[in-house]
Amino acid sequence: MTAADTVELTRRRPAASVFLGSWASQVGITVAFLVLWALFIVLAPMTFLGSAIYLSFAQTTPYFAIVAMPLTMVIVAGDIDLSFPSTMALGMVGFVWVWQATGSTELAVAGAIVVGLLCGLFNGLVITLIGLPALVVTIGTQFLYRGLTLALVNGKTTALVQTNTSTIYNFMAGKIFGIPSEFYWLIIITVASWALLNRHRLGQNAYVIGDNRQAAQLMGIPNRSTRIVLFMLVGGAAAFAGALNSLRVVNFYPGNLGDGFFLPALAAVFVGGTSVFGGRGSIYGTLIGAFMIGAIQAGIVAAGLSTYWTSVIYGAIILGSISIHAVLQRRFER
Amino acid sequence: MLEPEAARSDATTLGALAPASAAVRAAGVVRLELRGVSKSFGGVRVLRDVNFELRTGEVVGLLGDNGAGKSTLIKIMTGVHSPDAGEMLFDGRKVEHLTVQGARALGIETVFQERALADQLPLWRNIFMGRPIVNRLGFLRVGEMRRVTDQLMSQSMGFTSAVLTPNTHVMGLSGGERQGLAIVRALHFEAEVIILDEPTMGLSLKETDKLLQFVSSIRAANKSAIFIDHNIFHVYSVADRIMLLDRGRIAGNFPTSRYTLDELTGVMRELAESGRFTDPERLQTTGLAKP
Repeated sequence: MTAADTVELTRRRPAASVFLGSWASQVGITVAFLVLWALFIVLAPMTFLGSAIYLSFAQTTPYFAIVAMPLTMVIVAGDIDLSFPSTMALGMVGFVWVWQATGSTELAVAGAIVVGLLCGLFNGLVITLIGLPALVVTIGTQFLYRGLTLALVNGKTTALVQTNTSTIYNFMAGKIFGIPSEFYWLIIITVASWALLNRHRLGQNAYVIGDNRQAAQLMGIPNRSTRIVLFMLVGGAAAFAGALNSLRVVNFYPGNLGDGFFLPALAAVFVGGTSVFGGRGSIYGTLIGAFMIGAIQAGIVAAGLSTYWTSVIYGAIILGSISIHAVLQRRFER
Repeated sequence: MLEPEAARSDATTLGALAPASAAVRAAGVVRLELRGVSKSFGGVRVLRDVNFELRTGEVVGLLGDNGAGKSTLIKIMTGVHSPDAGEMLFDGRKVEHLTVQGARALGIETVFQERALADQLPLWRNIFMGRPIVNRLGFLRVGEMRRVTDQLMSQSMGFTSAVLTPNTHVMGLSGGERQGLAIVRALHFEAEVIILDEPTMGLSLKETDKLLQFVSSIRAANKSAIFIDHNIFHVYSVADRIMLLDRGRIAGNFPTSRYTLDELTGVMRELAESGRFTDPERLQTTGLAKP
């Protein structure tokens, strides 16, 4: 071995460090989740050792986690979507129209998803064709879609009680083997999102676009169409989650449907280690992040804090997690 | 003195201003040809009536000052930009509406140095960037891509360190390793024409030597290369011909077999200072019309 080779070898970091480098986020989030869980069990053993709390998670976490999955992909591609709560509501306008016209809840769910896809298409077109930052565009469409929702239904709540005779009702807002239906949808959407992001051309292109947009252009990756499709996935998922939630509460509240999911969905993505700068992120991280957020939500209530504190805590969690991930990344990988 | 073939190629390649008219007589056939290519951006003419041809087994060094139009020229050849005027021929056939994908399908590959690597992604995703191996539904054949990457790493890149695997992120690679990755990516897809854009930037001396060896191997395989660099010393040692670009025009073509490094350096200096130069071979001054 020559002197030059020795230098080359000693400059290399040990394998364990390289392993931690590529998996730092995943390992970090898993450890944080287990620590948090242990903490809750110690602090509130009555609550966190029983099954009731987990059944409650299984119902409430999916509403925002289902949106957080495709949202992860949008953020991986270097964009963001802040309009999804309003998309949930506008999707329900589609639901109500189709339901009243046809009497079919199944078709109504499809109608909501179509409206959601169109909302995402509109976001994507404005962002990629005019070349505007997604942050600003989706703040605009957040108000646009909410305003449109309220205008179209005159601000009135729609009772959905009569949907509960439909076949699909139990698959949307019932229980299957004693577990809330929402949970099964979360599993399906998580697996589908993982496959799309990690095992499909769409996800491969999303990672490259988010990491290095110039490289994507030079290597002939379809920048616009990839990003538009991702926005459509968020729109479709948001509308579906809006339908799940509205059917569970058997009412469509046009003024505030979705608002409560805004911070939890974003927090789940960022706690899960997805980079605000794009190019990095995982569905696994978002799933764990979503359950951490769900647990914190329950923890706040169990601790007897006023729900006003939840926004404070979500804000702190988002800031804290993006900072920690940025520091971790620099430390392990540079 | 000239065969008709060479005379014709001189006329198209060099134009009236060319100093080294009888020079281009590479052994191979013409693979890629540009005729009268012009390009403007926002009213600024970046390329004016460029004629160029590249033969099989030929390595052309493209030199020019900043803003001479080097990168625009290669972006036209690789489908990133389309020319405002002029045409491009590949294997004698006219190429229209070239896209990046179209250029790759023809076998034109570019090594854009680190600019076309994604730092946070593993090696295998970088190798297959923009053209992953997929099934009919667009799902990735990850195992196959990892296996091919592993082979390329040990056979072509000379990455033998056990720490580097197809799953290693590009972030952890040295400058030379990144360059190797970008080059192997171009080679793997059976490129006919390889364009190297400033490939020696940021490389150590040892890594530069390795790169120059690699460029020579392109010629040995009867493929063609265009080598763009600021550093004439690197280009001169491997190129068959050096093409000088000045303010969007081709100032001249200089076969390295007939011009010494000193002569070329003098030409370049004169060109940069005055926009004209004296051809050392003919001892006459050739000027470029001022825009």
